[in-house]
Formats: sequence, structure tokens, C-alpha cells
Amino acid sequence: MSTTDMQALAEQKYKYGFTTDIEMEAFPRGLNEDIIRMISAKKDEPDWMLQWRLKAYAAWLQMEEPNWAKLHHPPIDYQDLYYYAAPAKAQPKSLDEVDPELLKTYEKLGIPLHERAALAGVAVDAVFDSVSVATTFRETLSKAGVIFCPISEAVREHPELVREYLGSVVPVRDNYFAALNSAVFSDGSFVYIPKGVRCPMELSTYFRINAKNTGQFERTLIIADEAASVSYLEGCTAPMRDENQLHAAVVELVALDEAKIKYSTVQNWYPGDAEGKGGIYNFVTKRGACRGRNSKISWTQVETGSAITWKYPSCILQGDGSVGEFYSVAVTNNYQQADTGTKMIHLGKNTTSTIISKGISAGHSNNTYRGLVKISATASGARNFTQCDSLLIGDQCGAHTVPYIENRSISAKVEHEATTSKIAEDQLFYCRSRGLSQEDAVGLIVNGFCKDVLKELPMEFAVEAQKLLSVSLEGSVG
Amino acid sequence: MTALPTRKLEAWRYTDLRQLASIEFAAPPPVVAPTLPNIDLPRLVFLNGTLAKELSSPFEYVHNFQTIAEDSTQPLALINAEKAHDGMTLHVPAGVDAGTLLLISYAAGSVPFAFHLRHRITLGEGAKLTLIEIAKGEGVYWHDPVIDISLEQGAKFAHIRLQDESREAFHLATIRARVAEAAAYDHFTATIGAKLSRTEISATLTGTGALAHLNGAQLLTGTQHGDFTTVVAHKAPGCPSRQTVKSVLAGTARGVFQGRIEVDRVAQQTDGFQLSQALLLSPGAEMDIKPELEIFADDVKCSHGATIGALDAEQLFYLRSRGIPDDQARSMLIRAFLEEALEPVTQPEARALLEEAIDNWWVKQ
Repeated sequence: MSTTDMQALAEQKYKYGFTTDIEMEAFPRGLNEDIIRMISAKKDEPDWMLQWRLKAYAAWLQMEEPNWAKLHHPPIDYQDLYYYAAPAKAQPKSLDEVDPELLKTYEKLGIPLHERAALAGVAVDAVFDSVSVATTFRETLSKAGVIFCPISEAVREHPELVREYLGSVVPVRDNYFAALNSAVFSDGSFVYIPKGVRCPMELSTYFRINAKNTGQFERTLIIADEAASVSYLEGCTAPMRDENQLHAAVVELVALDEAKIKYSTVQNWYPGDAEGKGGIYNFVTKRGACRGRNSKISWTQVETGSAITWKYPSCILQGDGSVGEFYSVAVTNNYQQADTGTKMIHLGKNTTSTIISKGISAGHSNNTYRGLVKISATASGARNFTQCDSLLIGDQCGAHTVPYIENRSISAKVEHEATTSKIAEDQLFYCRSRGLSQEDAVGLIVNGFCKDVLKELPMEFAVEAQKLLSVSLEGSVG
Repeated sequence: MTALPTRKLEAWRYTDLRQLASIEFAAPPPVVAPTLPNIDLPRLVFLNGTLAKELSSPFEYVHNFQTIAEDSTQPLALINAEKAHDGMTLHVPAGVDAGTLLLISYAAGSVPFAFHLRHRITLGEGAKLTLIEIAKGEGVYWHDPVIDISLEQGAKFAHIRLQDESREAFHLATIRARVAEAAAYDHFTATIGAKLSRTEISATLTGTGALAHLNGAQLLTGTQHGDFTTVVAHKAPGCPSRQTVKSVLAGTARGVFQGRIEVDRVAQQTDGFQLSQALLLSPGAEMDIKPELEIFADDVKCSHGATIGALDAEQLFYLRSRGIPDDQARSMLIRAFLEEALEPVTQPEARALLEEAIDNWWVKQ
């Protein structure tokens, strides 16, 4: 690859790097019990919720930041962050009451919020920093019995569901960042699909970090009751900031008998500039529990953003015949670092898991796949297939694969394969000889490389993701 | 003594040495009437960790034992360096084909004891050597050989090991090879013995066209624990590396394979391949695999594959339907499964030794 092409790649602009100038309400910097009490009070939470947070905070204080990932960053000063920020005029009753500046922001992001939402048929629970400001289509959903609301509202309105499931998949003490999130989470989405209901539309949340120096700690909980099914879309963009911002989310999925949850993410947080300055630190715990017979949880992620990604969407396959899937595309460029993968824990009989991971590294970035497939002695007839492929663009980047495979079941079948390569000259030559420009050829080949994953995305996302990939790698191979 | 590694170290995640740490090891006792393999080759014999001259044949390239300062941070190599008092120091001068040498370690004693051999093998430019290493014994003991290998330009070293230690023993081998331009290191270890064993091999390819071939077969039963760990470091352009590791696990045995391929920025045109397969023969067996790729160059071809499963019911059925008894059919399938790893072992004596060991293992099942 030529130097000029590399330069073109590095100089590619982050097009969501604007900030919205509206009045913010923030608590003082730092973290202590008082801040947690303030967050809880702000949310009008019942006492059990506050106690849960305080317990998490106490646990967090005892824990140490994990350092096993292939990631390097200066130490994070947890006392230098704001743990709560929200637009001052919160809780609008309808879209008309929503701050027009905010609506404009969403328009720039291309979220189908207003009438466009109706056309797109997508319900959006848009999280702007820490408070959900607008929720659409709730009526249609409530007719079907589906609950889709900010989690802070669910704590008040549906305490029985929240108390039963919150922290049941990702326990408070699960890891450092999950404990931190449990203590300070400010908002997120809550979804409950009742027995036998197929959610009438795809649900979507667009998260957006806006205020400077604010950690974003959303918490998402999705429960699909017996024979229910839902497809959930999550997209992320963040404005350009010089400081690194912390994002530590927790997502919990619960699928009961015959239930199906499909969770798709396009993560496009600000990755930092060409010198590696700024960008989001993304430390996320995502886990789904296939509790019921023949239940299914499918994770699809396209990770193109963030300075640091630490994320392992996982499945606990407890119910007999349950299915876990993980489809991932992770692109790193410039000085981005990604350490991402999945865990598939097979406990039930005849459980099946599929892992398809595609890593693309360019510039000075490092991209690591880290995954665990664990098959316990009880998981007779379990089956896993894993494929992780890496593509290197440029000679200053790194691609790493760290899979762990642990099998204790004689009747299980586990297959794993991984390859690392660069874009083949002959493929490039073939495309070029058909009159495609260098950039189009690279875009085509990269999209082909990722096809197994992209085809799993819901339509709305697939188009965006394909564009995102092509844009991310413009002019990157010569 | 340097502390034994614990499971907190990533490299020791799957192998727990606490049972070793809990044993009081005495100094090695003298050995009476060892039972040694009957192979017609020049040999060096170590009894309980000391060279037995009367049982060894003269081999002109063997020199007096000498210690060299340990500059790594590997806990086991450090422990060995602190305690080693004997071992083989072998140098094959440039251009010499030294043929085949047998290196035998035999251990026996009535109380637990430990011995720490330290071998050093250097091959000059274009030199050639085949080394067949056999470790056997009876009783409770701890054998932790360190083997340092340096191959100069174009040297060829075939290293075949049969680890058939006492079923109560601990065998922890550390093997480190530096391979220069166009030199080749061909390794095969059959792990059959020991209560707990680990064979840790690192091969560093320092010149263009250097080759590393690290193969292994683990045949474990009862409550045996076998760990095969490799690191291939590609530090020069255009080096191929190949690894094929097969594990057959019966009883409640636990097999471990950890293999890492590292590719430096300069190591363009690297061709790295790794395959790890395991057969579980009984419900209590466990296999843990961690194949790692760490790649910093873009023009490379690296891949690894891993599979774990039971014997293929269809293959078994096919053989049974041709009138082959169940037992024999299984044995055939296991031999076939291992063949891919054994393939590069072409030296006739070594080949015969390994095949016999594998067949014997199966007969005992």
C-alpha cells in the first residue's frame, strides 16, 4: 500500500463529530455514595433499587480493573468523570415538547424519529446522554402487550419484572465495569415481550454521548417470555471530543422456552483522530441467557468506532436445544484498539453455537478476537462452529486471535478455524481490470469478506453497515 | 528456589502444579538394574539425572556438561538452572552429519525425588542430527528437563521424543530452539506417561527460510494430565512453520494444547499453520485448547484449526460392516487419527519406537 493512500485513510473525517449546544444538567465530578443517592433520587427510584446500587458500588470498590486484554491506555481517573448528565428540560410528554436542538441532532444522525419513523416502521427509544427523551410507537407496542420503555421508568412501573431479572444474567460482581455500571447506570432500555408474542416491529435505541467528560452507563434489559420473539437494534455515534470518554454499558437478555432474541449493534463511537488523540473507551458487558428449551439468542455487531473496544457479547446456553449465535465485524484504523469476541457456555443438551468473526485492521491499530467456547459435561450432543478471519491492511497494524476451547462432553463436536491474510493482489487486479476504482475494489472485497456477518443484520442496518465499511477503508490499499 | 508458576499466569491457566508443590522431593537415590529399551543406536543414558557412563556409548560430539546463565523469566527454566548438575552438551560441527543418537532418561526410587537435567545442543552450518529421546521410570519423581537448541544456517535437526514416564511422575519439559536461515527444526513428542506433564516448546525463526515443525501426540488415560504448549516466533521474512497436535483422551484424563504463532513486523511472507485435534474416548475426559495468533505483518498466511469430538460413528460403522471387530476398528481409527502428526517422523528406529508405544497404549485400554 502506498503512503498517500494510507494518508487518505487516516484523514478520513468522522462525520458525526458535531456537538449539540443545549443546556445540560450535571452532577459534580467524581463518584461516591452521595452521587449514587443523587442519581437514584433523580430517577425517583424505590429504596430497593438504591440499595442494589449501593451494594454494587461497595463491590466495585473492592475490585480491580481487568488488564488481561491486549489494550493499552493511560489509567482512567474515575473521580474525574461526571456520572450523570441530562438535558435540563427532561421528561417531555410528546415529540412537540422535545427540544428542537435535540431533534435536529437526531435528524443529522438520520434517526427515523418523526414521521420518518412511521415510514421506517422502527420504534426508537433514543437515549440522549442519560435520559430517554422520546419514545415512539409505544401505543402500537402496548396493544401487543410489549413493554418498551426507559429502564428508569420500568423500575417504577414494572418493579416485579425488573427485580426478577436485573442482574440475573450479569451479576453485580461479574466484572469491574459491570459493577461500576450497576452502581451508576442512569438509563437505558427495558423490553418485555409477553408469552407467545412476536414483537410487531423492530425495536431500536440510538445512544449518543454528548456532554463533555460524561461517562455513559446505560443498562439494557430484554426479556422474551415463552415463545416470544424480538429483534432489537442498537446504534451508537458520539461527537468529536479530545478527551477520552468512558462508556461502560451492561446489556442483559433473557430468553425463556422457545423464545428468540436477535440483538444487532452498529457501534460507531468517535474513534479518536489520526494521532490516536481522543475517542471513546468502550467497556461493555453484554450477555444473554437462553434459559428455556429451544430458545435462541443471536448477537450481530459491526464495530467500527471507539478508541478502545472491550466487548464480549456472550450466550449462556442453559435450556436444552438452545441456540447461541455471534456474528461480528470489527474494523480498527489509526490508533484504535479492539479486543472483542464472545463466550458460548454450553450447559444444556443439544445446544448449538455459531461464531463468525471478521476482524479488519488498518493504520497503527490492533484488533484482537478473544473468545471462549465452553462445553460442560452435561451438554451432551452440543455443537459449536467457530470461524475467525482477520484481514490486515498496511504493515503497521496487528491482528490477533485468542480463542479458548474447553470441552468436557464426549458427544460434543467443536470446530474452530482461523485465518489471517491480506487483500489478495489477484482479487484486486481482477476488480481493477473490470474498471473498478481502487477504492471501489477494496470496498467490494472487504464487503465480501464480511458478507457472512452483514447478511445477518436487519435490513435497516445492513445498508448503513455496508456504507460504513466502505467509508472506513476508503483508499486504504494500493 | 524460584516459585512454581500458578494458574494465575496466563501461560499456566490450564495446568495446576499445586499437587507437585505439596510433595517433599528428596535427592535422587542410586538406581539398580534399569530396564532400558533395546535399540541398536549410539546412546547416552541418564539414571536418576546422572550420566551413566557404563551404559552409554562414546559419541564424539558430546562434551562435558557445562551450565550457562539462565536469562529468561520462565519459572521452570529458572528452577532448573538453580538445580541442574548434569545434562548433555552436544555440538555437531559445520557440515557434519552426526547420524542418530539415543538419549535415555531412566528414573526409579522408593521415595519421591527430583532431578533437573539441562541439555544443550548446537549444530554448526549445514550440520545434521537426529535425536531420539526416551524418558521412562518407576515411582514418584519430578523430571524437568530444559533443552536449549541452536541451529546455524542450513542445519537440520530432527528431535523425536517419547515421554513414557512412570504414571506417578511429573514431567515438565522446557525446549527452546533458535533456528537460523534455511535451518530446520523438526520436533515430535509422544506424551504417554506421567501423572502430570507439560511439554513447552518455543521455536524462534531468526533467518529467512528457517523452518519449524512442532508436532505432538498425547495419549492419556485414568486421571492423567497432559499439556502441550508451543510458541513459534517468526522473526524473519519467508519462514514456514507447521504444527499438528493430536490428543486421544480416555478415562477422566485432561489434555491441554496451547499454541501461539507470533509474527513480527519484519516477518513478511510468513506461512504459519497449526492444527489441533482431540478425540474424547470416554465421558469424563476433557480437552482444553487455546490456539493463538499474534500478527504484526500484513503479507502473511496464517491459520489454525481446532476440533474436538468423539470417534466418528459412521467410520466405525463402516469398518464394523466389513466384519472388523469393534475393538480393532477403534484401534484402526485412532491410528489413522494420529498418523497426520506422525507423518514427518521418517527415521526408521524412531518410527518403530513410536508405533510400538501407541499400539501398547491401546492394548492396555
